Amino acid sequence: MIGWVFCFLMLNTMSSENSVGVVAPQRFRHDAPMALKGGGRLPSVELVFETYGTLNAARSNAVLVCHALAGNHHVAGVYADTPNSEGWWDNLVGPGKPLDTEKFFVVGINNIGGCYGSTGPLSINPETGKRYGADFPLVTVEDWVLAQSWLADHLTIDTWAAVIGGSLGGMQAIAWSLQFPERTRHVIAIASAPKLSAQNIAFNEVARQAILSDPDFHGGHYANRGVVPTRGLRLARMIGHITYLSDDQMNEKFGRQLRGGELGFSYDIDFEIESYLRHQGDKFAGFFDANTYLLTTKALDYFDPADACDGDLTTALLPARAGFLVVSFTTDWRFSPARSREIVFALMQNRRRVAYAEIDCDAGHDSFLLDDAHYHAVLRAYLENIEA
Amino acid sequence: MTPIRPRGTNPRPLTPKERERFDFAVIADWIPAGKHVLDLGCGDGRLLGYLSETKAITGYGVEIDHESVLRCIRNGIDVIQIDIDGGLSGFEDGSFSHAIISQALQTMHSTERILGEMLRVADEAIVSFPNFAYRVNREAIAAGHMPVSEDLPYEWYDTPNMRFFTIVDFEALCGRLGIKIRERLASDVYGQPVTDDPNLNGSLAFYRLGRS
Repeated sequence: MIGWVFCFLMLNTMSSENSVGVVAPQRFRHDAPMALKGGGRLPSVELVFETYGTLNAARSNAVLVCHALAGNHHVAGVYADTPNSEGWWDNLVGPGKPLDTEKFFVVGINNIGGCYGSTGPLSINPETGKRYGADFPLVTVEDWVLAQSWLADHLTIDTWAAVIGGSLGGMQAIAWSLQFPERTRHVIAIASAPKLSAQNIAFNEVARQAILSDPDFHGGHYANRGVVPTRGLRLARMIGHITYLSDDQMNEKFGRQLRGGELGFSYDIDFEIESYLRHQGDKFAGFFDANTYLLTTKALDYFDPADACDGDLTTALLPARAGFLVVSFTTDWRFSPARSREIVFALMQNRRRVAYAEIDCDAGHDSFLLDDAHYHAVLRAYLENIEA
Repeated sequence: MTPIRPRGTNPRPLTPKERERFDFAVIADWIPAGKHVLDLGCGDGRLLGYLSETKAITGYGVEIDHESVLRCIRNGIDVIQIDIDGGLSGFEDGSFSHAIISQALQTMHSTERILGEMLRVADEAIVSFPNFAYRVNREAIAAGHMPVSEDLPYEWYDTPNMRFFTIVDFEALCGRLGIKIRERLASDVYGQPVTDDPNLNGSLAFYRLGRS
């Protein structure tokens, strides 16, 4: 039962070495309206972000870290006087770590539509004085990248040495190379895909339906009623979590272990896996915003750069000038290696620089967040060769 | 052609490093400058590095071994980690000028398929391999042992090689597969070309292949 708890504790302990230390989020305000790809409009945009390391005089050592579905701007380091507040990619980012903050100036950002401080459904709409809630327009990966480019302008970063991300974060990195080819020197796309498969969209739809059908959802205006669609969020996270792990790993960690030692012949928790999923669901529902979850899964579903090129990914990737590192994990069935290879083959067809590593790791999609030695060695090797 | 040491100046077998250099030089000699190649079983990418430095040749390496992939990335080589025994299905027809297998064909299972695939994705294939019928190897077999020689340096129990073939065998297979031999070269362990009975006197064989 305590296996996974112990695992997380270990990760936290290990990652406290070479930490960037105490960090604090910053804010940036873009005071002009933003026209969104889906036709929506935001009167202004505020972004919350963090930085680690120092921007060099040539302003050539900046690396943007893009977050995935449930991530945010707090990539590395800890918050003052807050236990267990390590950033979500603290094992990767820090002095002497693969994404070395002694060499690079690393930027983490919370995307618009998020629930961690950037303009999103929980923000007050300046035009109405009320929370956006369900009125927050749908945003796309391309919208996120555009907003990120304004932050880059604000930080006087003309060109990213690299844009890096896993899963949905990898999609943003790819989008950077297409929207701003001249501003993106390297793309590191991990456990990513050029578009979601039908199965992937199906999982997202189940998650959305869980939220949308929660009686506390109130058409997305739950905040005005002082409630949270906890049950929906919980279910959404539970189904998501199943897809982030591999069958093997789940069997290895939980098997058919019983929580109470014997079958209960009731609908209470029998198996450890049930306990684990409920815990993950509860934890998530306690802090994540349902509207953000909904719109983020839609951004995932909609991402498909090849769509504008009759489905031809090779043509779609033609504008990219960046060098690419593409990484996948053998046991990742949510964003399988085959999806990463699609990106790789399209880039090769365009004779772009690309390296592709397929990492043996039993942890499924979530492998990209772990510190598998070979995985980190690959990232370190690639990042070391990037001129800062 | 290649920078082979003049006969007699240093009558010792080439060191492993010199042999690699010789191997690279033969291959480089067969590829015009600026071409775009695919190196299958590229190891740590040294051949691609050599081709890039000496002849501005671009391309990708393909490798399955994790450590080799890591070394490629360290070396700044564009390496693709896939198992070519499963074919080259993701690669478009004719996307390369040359597909190369440098001393790695003997480590691959699906020999026929790979040769066919090389000539699908590239106009020419360049293959080098150790000749199992080389005199020293024959002598080892005659003495009752599996051969261990300069170009077959492994004991039978730890060899990565899974296909053991000779110059004569390879040419027969090319004939059967309708593959045209455009150029060939056999060399001895001194780095000298062998013309007299290459299947007996050649330790290493090089082929430039095309579709007939």
